[in-house]
Amino acid sequence: MEIKKGIAASPGISIAKALIIDSEDYRIPRRSIKSSQRTIESQRVRNAFRDAICELTELEAAHGKAGRRKIKDIFAVHLRFLHDRSLRKKITDLVHSESVTAEYAVSTALREIAAHFSKEEDTYISERAADIYDIERRLLIQLLGKKREDVANLTEEVTIVARELSPIQTAEFNRKFVKGIASDAGGRTSHAAIVARSLGIPAVVALEDLTESVSGGDTVVIDGNRGIVVVNPDDQTIRQYQEYSKEFTELEHKLDAIREEPAVTRDGVKITLLGNIEFHDEAEAVLQKGGEGIGLYRTEYLYLNRQNEPTEEDHYQAYAETVSVLQDRPVVIRTLDLGADKYTQRKRFAPEPNPFLGLRSIRFCLQNLMMFKTQLRAILRASVLGDVKIMFPLITNLQEMMQAKMILRDVMEDLDEESIAYNKDIQIGIMIETPSSALTAFSLARDADFFSIGTNDLTQYTLAVDRGNELVSTLYSSADPAVLRLIRTVIQDAHKAQIDISVCGEMASEPEYIMLLLGMGIRTLSLTAPMLPEIKQIIRSVTMEDCNNVARKVLGMNSERQISNYLRNAVGKILPEAF
Amino acid sequence: MQDSLEKVVCETEVEIKNADGLHMRPAMQFVDIANQFDSDITVSNNETEVDGKSIMQMSMLAATYGTKLKIKAEGSDAAKVISALRELVEEKLFGEPPP
Repeated sequence: MEIKKGIAASPGISIAKALIIDSEDYRIPRRSIKSSQRTIESQRVRNAFRDAICELTELEAAHGKAGRRKIKDIFAVHLRFLHDRSLRKKITDLVHSESVTAEYAVSTALREIAAHFSKEEDTYISERAADIYDIERRLLIQLLGKKREDVANLTEEVTIVARELSPIQTAEFNRKFVKGIASDAGGRTSHAAIVARSLGIPAVVALEDLTESVSGGDTVVIDGNRGIVVVNPDDQTIRQYQEYSKEFTELEHKLDAIREEPAVTRDGVKITLLGNIEFHDEAEAVLQKGGEGIGLYRTEYLYLNRQNEPTEEDHYQAYAETVSVLQDRPVVIRTLDLGADKYTQRKRFAPEPNPFLGLRSIRFCLQNLMMFKTQLRAILRASVLGDVKIMFPLITNLQEMMQAKMILRDVMEDLDEESIAYNKDIQIGIMIETPSSALTAFSLARDADFFSIGTNDLTQYTLAVDRGNELVSTLYSSADPAVLRLIRTVIQDAHKAQIDISVCGEMASEPEYIMLLLGMGIRTLSLTAPMLPEIKQIIRSVTMEDCNNVARKVLGMNSERQISNYLRNAVGKILPEAF
Repeated sequence: MQDSLEKVVCETEVEIKNADGLHMRPAMQFVDIANQFDSDITVSNNETEVDGKSIMQMSMLAATYGTKLKIKAEGSDAAKVISALRELVEEKLFGEPPP
């Protein structure tokens, strides 16, 4: 039995057999095999060689016919290697001597050879290492290729284990079978974690070397509440976790019961609870969990799971469906916030050296006006269907905001000319998520209809920490005094300018921060649907006076640790089951 | 009883005479010829001994211009293969230019 500690990314408990996948959904089978399987495994090696040779021979002929001699020559070299009996023997010997899978043997043997080549001084020879990696890949594709569909066609409950997961991979998991998720990489607010939370799948991330300790088929316990993963638990541990799981489900049901109750503090202050969504079909879940609207509709996913850019109709359909579910309740649609990731990097000739600080989000939109206007048109058209508000992300200065508003006006004029209806008085707000916008919030407030504090990015930029980097994720904390002071400034400036302000970052879904946020003046929170009942429970259990006291105390503290502990104690007294 | 297919051992030493040495193309030609015969073939420089029929092992030899290699063949056609290989290396120079 092995216990590993990571970061709790999505609450809940699950116990299921591990299914290990890589970034292309290839299933990486176990490392070890039983002695009795060695013969079969060796045959798999031979078959892979045979199939790879077949494939390459065809390719070689095709390229030769097309006159591409250089490519044909490269394939000829690879073919020679694949025909090399001593190579194949080296691999099958490994299968036998160490009882390992064909894939493991292929990888190990070829990497050893490649390493040998890389060491040679002669560059011609050292470059051969690349050929060896190519051959390795080709053989692995033969061995793994047929198993690719496995993740899409699950037939039993599994815990997905991966080095890292993209949000798209996570979003496509079938909740019926995928019971838990664990990854080596990632942080609590990485997109994959956010998706796991929306789907209600327990997840633990930043485990660093979990993939090395788990073999496919191992029983894995995911404790998404405490950030613990147990591999091959003993009977006692299994029983313990089954208990926890039961308790957790009971708590959920209890909280569900307060769905109809209003989010009002004990001394009568009303708090507006809204939901954060990534997909339009999550809107229903927000209402089910007691949310009063959508405070943040992350539109990135419209761009991510497809080959081409979404059309205006694609946008419109998604927005219209969301609004129809919400009816007259508010829906805040945030324009494209992609960047520092594959979507914008793929389109570049040379990837940005520092995409985190580069052409992302609103900046990317302002330099890709056609794409930006397409989204704006769709949002405006949908604005006649309900209470739609538009929000610009990552605004860092007044100029940027004015530019974005100007583009929006352009689009409005276009629609006027085409006699297409839209809400002329649509509310336009911005996300405050950088130190610069937080420090100049008073000036931005004059021209924005509302603010929403994006505490994730605000924390990252203020503390200079990458939330997705498992090496430093523990440095990321919204309880840092610097972050809290900025948040307080923003709230004060918004109140002075008399505009609405909300918090839509992960802070709003974390029990220990609620009293603090309320005490600092927040009256609207937008968070992930599964957490709505618990947060409402906290709101209904406190008085605003208590919250004000908490805020006053905390803002006088200098250490993140002191603040964290204090906040955890405070909420622990109110809602002990949360911990 | 003496088998007509008795094991004959033949050896020779060759010198790499082409400018680019035993890079991939020559190595492939060497291995191709070696594989046409039954005999077991070992090739050695002063440090290592490799299987002359394995492209993997031959390319690891990294024999440059001027390197001397010992070729040993063991089998019924040992003499023939040694002759063919010697011709390839020292006379044909793998069909490549001398320096």
